[in-house]
This record gives sequence, C-alpha cells and structure tokens, in this order.
Amino acid sequence: MEFWRIPLDVEEIQITRGVVHILEERCKGCGYCIEFCPRQVLAFSSRFNERGYHPPVIKNPDDCVNCHYCEIICPEFAIYSIEISEQDDKRPDPRLHSNPR
Amino acid sequence: MTEKRSKAKERSGHPLDDLLREDRIPHIWCPGCGIGTAFSSCLKAIRSSGVEPKNVVMVSGIGCSGRAAGYVNLDSFHTTHGRAIPFATGLKLANPVLHVIVFSGDGDLFAIGGNHLIHAARRNVDMTVICVNNFNYGMTGGQVAATTPKSARTTTTPFGNPETPFSLPHIAYASGATYVARWTILHTREIAKSVEEALLKKGFSFIEVLSPCPVNYGRRNRESSLETLKIYQDKTIIKNGAHPSSVDIDPEKGIILGKFIDVDRPTCKEMYDKICRSE
Repeated sequence: MEFWRIPLDVEEIQITRGVVHILEERCKGCGYCIEFCPRQVLAFSSRFNERGYHPPVIKNPDDCVNCHYCEIICPEFAIYSIEISEQDDKRPDPRLHSNPR
Repeated sequence: MTEKRSKAKERSGHPLDDLLREDRIPHIWCPGCGIGTAFSSCLKAIRSSGVEPKNVVMVSGIGCSGRAAGYVNLDSFHTTHGRAIPFATGLKLANPVLHVIVFSGDGDLFAIGGNHLIHAARRNVDMTVICVNNFNYGMTGGQVAATTPKSARTTTTPFGNPETPFSLPHIAYASGATYVARWTILHTREIAKSVEEALLKKGFSFIEVLSPCPVNYGRRNRESSLETLKIYQDKTIIKNGAHPSSVDIDPEKGIILGKFIDVDRPTCKEMYDKICRSE
C-alpha cells in the first residue's frame, strides 16, 4: 500500500494478509473475480482448464488482504482465500513500501 | 457415493463445500450467470447467521434458479412450477422450528406463482423469499416475462417489450411483507447481511436480487455479463428506507437498491394460535 505520508498510527494498523486458492476445474471463466478484486490480485491465465475455460491466475500475490470478495462473487465456488498469520507471512510488510520523502 | 464425496472434499476445500452437494458441482448455470453468486451469498448468510443447518430448509420452484434446491446440502425441496411458496408454507406450519428459505426466480415467484406470493405475504407466513430477477424466462429460451423492462428485446418481443414490468418490492410491500430489500449480485455482502437478517426475523421477508442473464437477456440486449455488472456498479443508488413505490429499475435515472421495509407484524402462526387455539 502506498501512503503519501506515513500515518501516525501506522504501528497499530493491522493489515490482514491472505492467500488465494483457485479450484481450476470448477471455473467457467466469467472473470468476475478478476474484474472486481479491489487489489487487482488476479488475471486471466492463457492456459485452459479441462472444460476449455481460462481460469484466473494470481498476478500479485502480495497484495491480497483476505477480503473474501472473490470468494462470494464467484458463482462457481471455485475460488477462496485463507488468512495467513503474520508469523507465517514471509512476504514484505506492506507498510514498508511507503516512502514519503 | 460417500467415497466419491470424501474424495471431492480432499481435492477441494472451499469454505462453503459442506453446505453444497459437491457431487453435483459444477452446476448447470451458464458462465457469467448471477444465480451462483446469489446462491453463495445465501449460503454465506446461513453460515454466518448461526442457525443450525439441520433446521434450515431450502425450497425452490422451476426455472434456472429453481435448481438451487438440488445443490444445497440441507433438507431441500424442488417443487412444481410456481408452487414453492405453498410447499414452504406447509413445511413451516407443520414444523415451526424450521427456518424456511424459498430460493426461486422472477418467473416462478411472480408470474405463475404470483398469487401464492401475495397471499403468503398477506398471511405473513414466517419465511424468507429470495427472488433472483434476471428479467426474462431464462431456462425456456429467453421469452418476455412479467419483469422485462420496457422496450427490452427478448425472443418473443423482437421489436422491444411494449408492456410495463412489475416492481417486485412494491408488490411484496403492498401485499404485507415485513422485510423488503433489493440488491444486485455485485452487492454480495449486502445480500448476505439481508438474508441473515431475514432468516432471524419473524415474518415474511422478501429479497430481490438483480442478476445478469448473459445467454438470453444479455445477448439480445447487447450486454455481456461484465457490462451488466458495470451498469450495476455505476448506475445503482443505495437508498435504505426508500418507499417501495419509488424504487425504479431505470438505468437512466438510477437503479434504487437498499433495505426498504423492516417492520414487525404478528405472523400467521401467532394469529392462528391466538384466535383459534386460545381455549
């Protein structure tokens, strides 16, 4: 997340992190999860699943904040996200990205 | 069968899988159809409401959305055309502990089953009705329905629909429903919250969910499902508490969404017990 200045309570803000799981064999390629992901985590893949649709692929795995929107909007029950705790999280802290000066 | 089921469980792991008959997934709904989203929001609401799944029954009629009863791993009933509400009324009266959800489409609930809906609302039978409105008869080939907007093209109105559509929340309100809401499939969290409130509410609750029908309605009106969702994103106005007579579905002026009515009224069973069983 990019901040134009570091918020005063940045140490207290907890940003949940998630990992997206895609059940490719269920996907029918409607693109809802890709289009409406608030963090643009997903993109269409170029390969086909066994029924001939293009399933989504995870483009920006570090950006997922585990909002579960893809999970509910998916009409096929083909995508879900699971929260990862900070200890297990090997990814860079999103707060470190901000560089105001 | 059980082996197949446990195998499917190992393979996947979607959080709603235990509420689904996984051996029947993938479902028959077309790519881009909104019924799946309405259905998953509904399952999410059952999960988050804290109601015991064994006390929830899903009833649906005939049509695309009528298939929902076959996919849910609860007690469910796929009834005759238009008669989902009478079956649900019977279930509720026979066993008042149950939380009855009617999940069906606009054709089933408002065209062939219109009379049942208005009378269940009048009697205030304690049930939750979720109506997926896709503006046409999707399963039979995209004919004009009671909800098709004016001048929309369908198989049977190739020059545009000359008739005025029903306003579903207005009918439900006028018939006496105690909870009336309308959302689109883009508003998944709001649908889930409404269904949860409706499940826990005593009385007749009606939730309309607007949904794209890419294969029939969308194709003849030059709208892909993503374009329909963009319209839902840009043109919808959330007005909680708006009077149901003023809630239009007009992309020019704005599609009014929200929780319109939330009142309390004695239910069918309470009135019956009070008047007929008071001795």
